[in-house]
Amino acid sequence: MPVMTYLEAIADALRIEMRMDESVFMIGEDIGTYGGAFKLTKGFLDEFGNKRIIDAPISEAAIIGAAIGASLNGMRPVVEMQFMDFITCGFNQLVNVAGTTAYRWGIGVPMVVRGPAGGGVGANPFHSRNSEAWFVQATGLKVVCPSSPADAKGLMTASIRDNNPVVFFEHKGLYRKIKEEVPEGEYIIPLGKARTVCEGKDASIICYGSAVHMAVEVAERMKKEGVSIEVIDIRTLVPFDEEAVIASARKTNRVLITHEATLTGGFAGEISARITEKAFNSLDAPVKRVAAFDSPTPFAPTLEKAMLPNADIIEQELRELLLY
Amino acid sequence: MSKSIPPLITSSTVDKQQRISFLKHMLMAREFDLAMQRLNRQGRAFGGVYSQTGNEATSVGSASALGPNDVLFPMHRNIGGHFVFGQELDVLMKAFLAREGSLMRGTDGTGHYADPQKRIYGNISHLGAMIPVAAGFTMASKLRGEMCVAMTYIGDGGSQTGEFHEAMNFASVQKLPLILIIENNQYAYSSPNSIEFACERLSDRALGYGCHGITIDGTDVELVYETCMDAVNRARNGEGPTIIETITMRMRGHAEHDDFSYVPKEQLAHWQLMDPVDRYIEHCIAKKVLKKSEIDSMRESIIQDMRNAIDAVIDLPFPPAEEAFRNVFMD
Repeated sequence: MPVMTYLEAIADALRIEMRMDESVFMIGEDIGTYGGAFKLTKGFLDEFGNKRIIDAPISEAAIIGAAIGASLNGMRPVVEMQFMDFITCGFNQLVNVAGTTAYRWGIGVPMVVRGPAGGGVGANPFHSRNSEAWFVQATGLKVVCPSSPADAKGLMTASIRDNNPVVFFEHKGLYRKIKEEVPEGEYIIPLGKARTVCEGKDASIICYGSAVHMAVEVAERMKKEGVSIEVIDIRTLVPFDEEAVIASARKTNRVLITHEATLTGGFAGEISARITEKAFNSLDAPVKRVAAFDSPTPFAPTLEKAMLPNADIIEQELRELLLY
Repeated sequence: MSKSIPPLITSSTVDKQQRISFLKHMLMAREFDLAMQRLNRQGRAFGGVYSQTGNEATSVGSASALGPNDVLFPMHRNIGGHFVFGQELDVLMKAFLAREGSLMRGTDGTGHYADPQKRIYGNISHLGAMIPVAAGFTMASKLRGEMCVAMTYIGDGGSQTGEFHEAMNFASVQKLPLILIIENNQYAYSSPNSIEFACERLSDRALGYGCHGITIDGTDVELVYETCMDAVNRARNGEGPTIIETITMRMRGHAEHDDFSYVPKEQLAHWQLMDPVDRYIEHCIAKKVLKKSEIDSMRESIIQDMRNAIDAVIDLPFPPAEEAFRNVFMD
């Protein structure tokens, strides 16, 4: 199997789907000649031409709206947000048009809105946000947050082939930081299936996106002390693999949930509620959450490091959980 | 405000059959409106009932310029366009009254439905939201090497939304076959034009986008049709979008709950004389398209059709409650 970065794996999925399905096209800002702000679509214009790789003006509402219209007319658009932060400018289209169409019209709107999200790279409050939870409550939108190259490829394939609008959060900090073997050719991971990253029996860490890497680091540290931690990557927030999470909670009896997004109103709250509702009798300790401080993502490295969760904080909280 | 009543044009592009069809669809729009107002007063219609009286010439004339492969993205005061596109009365009544069999299963009401077979895609309540969607619909056809003109609508208020601007700029850059009708009916809910915009003509915005723009009398159905035909032809020739501002008057409140007491009586009196339906009836009689008696019987038969449609739908049950839990996602 070829070794790919997270970014290469996403590009690979896009390229394969575009070769196989004429109805898939891409639209976004600077994705053609320039190859995208992160060069994810480098070479796409040469291969697919300017009819299928569309450079659009800085108009996120028009871009997402046009993708919805194209989707209603038989296409499967993939929209690039230059940064996922800018999705706010197309919020109305995504939430009120795309997210309600199946319910109101019985017509699917196959489309993917994808782009770089997340902090830790010294950007600023407007290039670092993790806004996935907003779209969970929007209804009618699927929400995907891959943590690894192979998952990113498989989940992107599934997202493009899904008959519903999918919001696909790529973590920009992972783009070139992680590499792994990725299955060659067509590769699909169904939406809504969590992955057990490592099995354990003493406690579970439920996570997704960049937090998976922090969780794995903590699990490895604990292993040296003979403590066995199970790490579950939920991969997709909508649909949510409740079954996998509840099973893990029943197995280890202690659960910590972590994500890079801010704490209050974050998806960890929802996961915690489900565990409490469905596995309360299995719990030996209250569910713990580790997430970002409730603020915008600050610019200076000292501030940003303080605001975001990290492996040390997770480890500290996990030790408290184990002692409870 | 000019007090003169301009004569209706007699377009050389329109034949007798088309005139009859314009008249019939305008009468259907007017009578549908009156029927909904009655149902509202009787407490048998719920939610917003948005009168389109005054808008018949704009909606019928514009939709009539489209061909069978084109697509209509109407707004809430464009019921005339639904009739031009062949929508059945009972389909509309089920949608408006949220009865079992509604294309929206009761999840939404008014003209918000979509009927892909009829090539009608309704609006959402957020003004301007469907302009980029209509643009994208035509873009998909263009990507496949096909031609599909989309016609969509906005008001004097909705023209101030960001999506209006983004979509018209995008459509102009992409040279998409999109026609945007701005129904300038003088009021956005209670807000007069003076609160909404400072430019003289809303169609002047076309200059800023690099597309065509024109302002016309929106109460003259043949003028609207002729102007839209020019726009459709340009669109088919790859010349991109057109913004057509049609000057009309919203003759009732924003919706039926609104007594529109903020509209000066003399303004309404003037526009009453400009009534697009009454004037076109006179025009058709004068031009010997139809006799008065023929028009009267046409109207009578339309009224009867409305009654029949209401009778067929009003006693239908609301959709079963389980519908609330279906179709959030498609398989």
